[in-house]
Amino acid sequence: MTREERLRESLKRRYGKMVAAASKGPGGPGPGGPGGPGGRGRMAAQQKVKPKQTGETIKRIMAYVLDEKPRLIVAVICAFLNIASQLGASYMLRPIINTYIAPADGSPGDPRGLAGALMFMLLVYAIGIVGTYVQAKLLLTVGQNCLKRMREDLFNHMQTLPVKFYDTNPRGDLMSRFTNDIDNIGNMLSSTLISLFTAALTIVGTLSLMIYTSPILTVVTVAVVPFMLFAARKIAEFSAKYFAKQQSSLGAINGYIEEAVTGQKVIKVFNHEQTAMDEFNILNDELRANQMKAQFFGGLMGPVMNFSTQINYTLTAVVGGTLCILRGFDIGGLTVFLNYSRQFNRPVNEISMTITSVFSAIAGAERVFAVMDTPSEPADDEDAYAPERIKGDIVVENVSFGYTPEKLILKNISAYAHPGQKIAFVGSTGAGKTTVMNLLPRFYDIGEGKITIDGVDIRHYNREVLRNNVTMVLQESHLFSGTIMENIRYGRLDATDEEVISAAKIASADSFIKHMPHGYHTVIDADGSNLSQGQRQLLNIARAAVSKAPILILDEATSSVDTRTEQLIQQGMARLMSDRTTFVIAHRLSTVRDANAIMVLEHGVIIERGTHEQLLEMKGRYYELYTGKAELD
Amino acid sequence: MKRYMKYIKPYAFFFIAGPVMMLTEVFGEVWIPKLMSLIIDNGIGNHDIAYVIRIAFVMLGACLLMICGGTLGNFFSVKAAVGASADLRSDLFSKVQEFSFADVDNFSTGSLVTRLTNDLQQIQQLVVTMLKMALRSPGMLVGGFIMALSVNRDLAIVLLIVIPLLGLSIFFIMKTAYPRFERMQLALDDLNNGIKEVLTNVRVVKSFVREEHEKDKFEQLNSGMMEKSLSAMNVVIFMQPVMAVFMNLTSAAVVWFGGNRIIAGEMQVGELTAFITYITQILMSLMMLAMVILQSSRAMASFKRVSEVLDYEASLTDKDAKEKDRIVREGSIEFCHVYFEYDSDGILGDAAGNSDKQVLKDINFSIAPGETVGILGATGCGKTSLVQLIPRLYDATKGQVLVDGVDVRDYSLYNLREGVAMVLQYNTLFSGTVAENLRWGDEDASDEDIVRFSEYAQADSFVSTFKGGYDYMIEQGGSNVSGGQKQRLCIARALLKKPRILILDDSTSAVDTATERRINEAFANELKDTTRLIIAQRIGSVKDADKIIVMDDGRIVDIGNHSELIERCAEYQDIYYSQIEKQKEGTVI
Repeated sequence: MTREERLRESLKRRYGKMVAAASKGPGGPGPGGPGGPGGRGRMAAQQKVKPKQTGETIKRIMAYVLDEKPRLIVAVICAFLNIASQLGASYMLRPIINTYIAPADGSPGDPRGLAGALMFMLLVYAIGIVGTYVQAKLLLTVGQNCLKRMREDLFNHMQTLPVKFYDTNPRGDLMSRFTNDIDNIGNMLSSTLISLFTAALTIVGTLSLMIYTSPILTVVTVAVVPFMLFAARKIAEFSAKYFAKQQSSLGAINGYIEEAVTGQKVIKVFNHEQTAMDEFNILNDELRANQMKAQFFGGLMGPVMNFSTQINYTLTAVVGGTLCILRGFDIGGLTVFLNYSRQFNRPVNEISMTITSVFSAIAGAERVFAVMDTPSEPADDEDAYAPERIKGDIVVENVSFGYTPEKLILKNISAYAHPGQKIAFVGSTGAGKTTVMNLLPRFYDIGEGKITIDGVDIRHYNREVLRNNVTMVLQESHLFSGTIMENIRYGRLDATDEEVISAAKIASADSFIKHMPHGYHTVIDADGSNLSQGQRQLLNIARAAVSKAPILILDEATSSVDTRTEQLIQQGMARLMSDRTTFVIAHRLSTVRDANAIMVLEHGVIIERGTHEQLLEMKGRYYELYTGKAELD
Repeated sequence: MKRYMKYIKPYAFFFIAGPVMMLTEVFGEVWIPKLMSLIIDNGIGNHDIAYVIRIAFVMLGACLLMICGGTLGNFFSVKAAVGASADLRSDLFSKVQEFSFADVDNFSTGSLVTRLTNDLQQIQQLVVTMLKMALRSPGMLVGGFIMALSVNRDLAIVLLIVIPLLGLSIFFIMKTAYPRFERMQLALDDLNNGIKEVLTNVRVVKSFVREEHEKDKFEQLNSGMMEKSLSAMNVVIFMQPVMAVFMNLTSAAVVWFGGNRIIAGEMQVGELTAFITYITQILMSLMMLAMVILQSSRAMASFKRVSEVLDYEASLTDKDAKEKDRIVREGSIEFCHVYFEYDSDGILGDAAGNSDKQVLKDINFSIAPGETVGILGATGCGKTSLVQLIPRLYDATKGQVLVDGVDVRDYSLYNLREGVAMVLQYNTLFSGTVAENLRWGDEDASDEDIVRFSEYAQADSFVSTFKGGYDYMIEQGGSNVSGGQKQRLCIARALLKKPRILILDDSTSAVDTATERRINEAFANELKDTTRLIIAQRIGSVKDADKIIVMDDGRIVDIGNHSELIERCAEYQDIYYSQIEKQKEGTVI
């Protein structure tokens, strides 16, 4: 296998699923690929269940649009005014010529009358212009409102999705739904909507005038329409197919960009730039090929529609000409009709020209709705338990759990913690410590067994109440862009400045915060690149300290804090934990030795449990771990 | 603009052929009415059906010509635009690869991602439209103008007045719209950053039940986005009414002047109608042109943002390196009076603004090849900043960093970083198999090597429990392995580089002590000749080092081995006893 083949192979495995996700047309084979590790269901799986339904998707987009009925109605009236004034004004030219410029009876023209008639014509135009503007303005607002609501719905729905969704869907792909896909819908709503509207009205208006002028020629003109529609449909099918492919290539490359830009520092450290570029170029070439087809078929609509317009014109000319010769149809009528037939075709063209943007919009909307259709975290029971205060009496009973059914991470775990007690989980990395902590706030629901708090199964709790009563300090520190004050206050939104500061003091963060240029009002960015890992962890601890939750989970919360600082935090932490039920995961055994009970986990099983002293006496795994540390002395 | 020629050149043929082919459509549109007039004048006038049909076939031929030209024009235009923008995307990505750490911080990852994705898409769209319209609209304009002149020279003066006026108003509309589109793009950036943040921090959001809070925050960003879009688009929608005003006034003027001439007997009615047809054609093509230009104003903002990236001089290059062919052989390190501060003059401005702070002050030390050196110090004292200067992730503000006695700035970046492996504090794994991730260190590493180095990093034991072992798929960011596993994989990845200098920046913080000890043992046995720098929190991790550097607030407090330091260095004693006491008395958490 050459290097390039190897890269290609690997890219297919990593990003192929995104490709498969969107290109899965009805009955299309699609690369699919072997289900990921343990087959954790990505969006691909969800999309497979629900095949592409263009009609359904359009209906859903329209539902957004129709929410703005008052504006739409006024816009429709304005569009009417606009078209009517346009048709009216253009029709007025005929009497103007016939009466004032060159009267049919050969009498001299009437400049004064001409001026008056022209004034009237301008007035009619003016009405049309005002109509155009008002209509455009209203439709613009409608479009933007729809977009806003769509983004909001998407975002709000994502807030209800389980953690699993985020664990299994690449961030870049989700981002691209927010950006590219919504953007495409926006393009359609802002430009296409307007032209569809006026086009439809123009068609109706012109058609009436055509019938009035010559029914036979109207039949000829209209007869071409089905062929036009057929061609449009065929092209549409092709472009829809390639547009979906283009979108998924775009999703793949965006995912890659996101991953590469985020991991840019690692790329640099490993001199990996060349490989990254090679991989990128493979994806880029793929995108290029798909985009080429999508854009080509999309753009084909223009020339094809133009062609049919001209054919239509030619047919009208021939039939009209023959009619003139054989049946005495008047030349003036033919000239007028030819103009109408052009006017009739133009809006049809316009519609088909904008069809490309409609397809990207529909492809995008499908991906957006796919997220919206992902089931939320199951709703709480109606009579879900929502006590005002939780004491924090926790019992874990025979819990088994795996992220996938075939691989159990936790096997038959039992433990308990009375209010105010501290329970520690130790064990090798990957033994399942973090997983235990994922279950308590119900990030994942337990497979077998149960966890109760104050005697009630956590599955019967109101989820919000449950999580409000559990505070976590995670191993990977997560901050938000905003001031330090805001970041700490995230733990309890109604905390006063004083409470925030005292929480920061508990976490020993106060001293370094005070050294920041703007103190507590220093703005930090989300990656927190202006803070060290340890400082970030301190802010996380402060955030937990400000919360009043009776249950506290510390997942390697102080791993990046130096021991001296850790010692400083200790007292505060002790105070923090004194009235809270605390679960601690730590690898520094010194931080867990005063726990009421220590559980030693290995391969998802608790192999030892007891207090520090008891465990040492056992001379088991804990003893081994501890002596590993004891080497210090 | 000149730089973009590079992207046009390879597709020059398509860039020219596309618009030219589109001219067939213009030709057809002008010719077919002409043929029509032949039908009317000769065919109907002479009652000659055969003639009508003959001309009809010519018209059909013109139609076929149009569709062929249109299809080819479409094909060429798409090929040109898609090709050029794919090349541009590729260059943009390469450019970002050149960026130093500081550059990435300056732009922020979110903004870089938007520039590479959304902005590029906008540009591509613009180019396609431009190519299709480039000659078509002007062609119609010129054709119509010539026809109008040929009909009536005097009436054409009206056009000479209208066209500049119209051009001017279009110009003003665009001038107003452009900055608004820029603001809209910024709002989009904010929105995207906001979304990205929530996606990253989802566990925090959920655990604090802040969904509603996040919704509120998002609502603000979302409204901002809508406001900015509306403010930009509200200008755009003026275009159509303005066009209509000009069009209608022009027709009225033409009818007025022409009408008076006809009344005076100086002109024919047919000429007037023809003239009106032509001005409609001219103004329509102007409108099309304006629309394209308008669309481009949005894309221009994207252009600017893309150009910013392309024009950005990567702040750290090896252009002036004196010994580009030199590779790191020995692994000695020397710092001479090194000062360092983070530069914050990013083009996007620095949110924190805490740059005027010196992170490192007058750092001096030297390390011999093969030595193991520990670095200890409080959180935020500059340990990470110090080691980042060695592989030139950042450049010292003052002073010199030497590797093998040569200034690091005189190595090629590639050779320097090949010789210096660093396990970062914020470390990332990438989507792909475990083996693929490890091969970042050495692309051609044999399977045996991979297993061997994973064993050194104590990673083999857990990798072998994964489904598929080294073929286990790691998800983006390494979200499906635990923190400790991630750290060990990152170490193995660095070891595979077989570096002369290995820097571990607090890389075993999530690994348990026994495992950490085994990793250190493996290092001591297997990497004897490798210079090792270890930043650690636990004294145990560095106690046996040849040297320990103790830092405080950006300065080196003392350097020595454990027994020396425990004798004389107060800070070291502090740290030591804080950890020992914890051990002995168990008073602490």
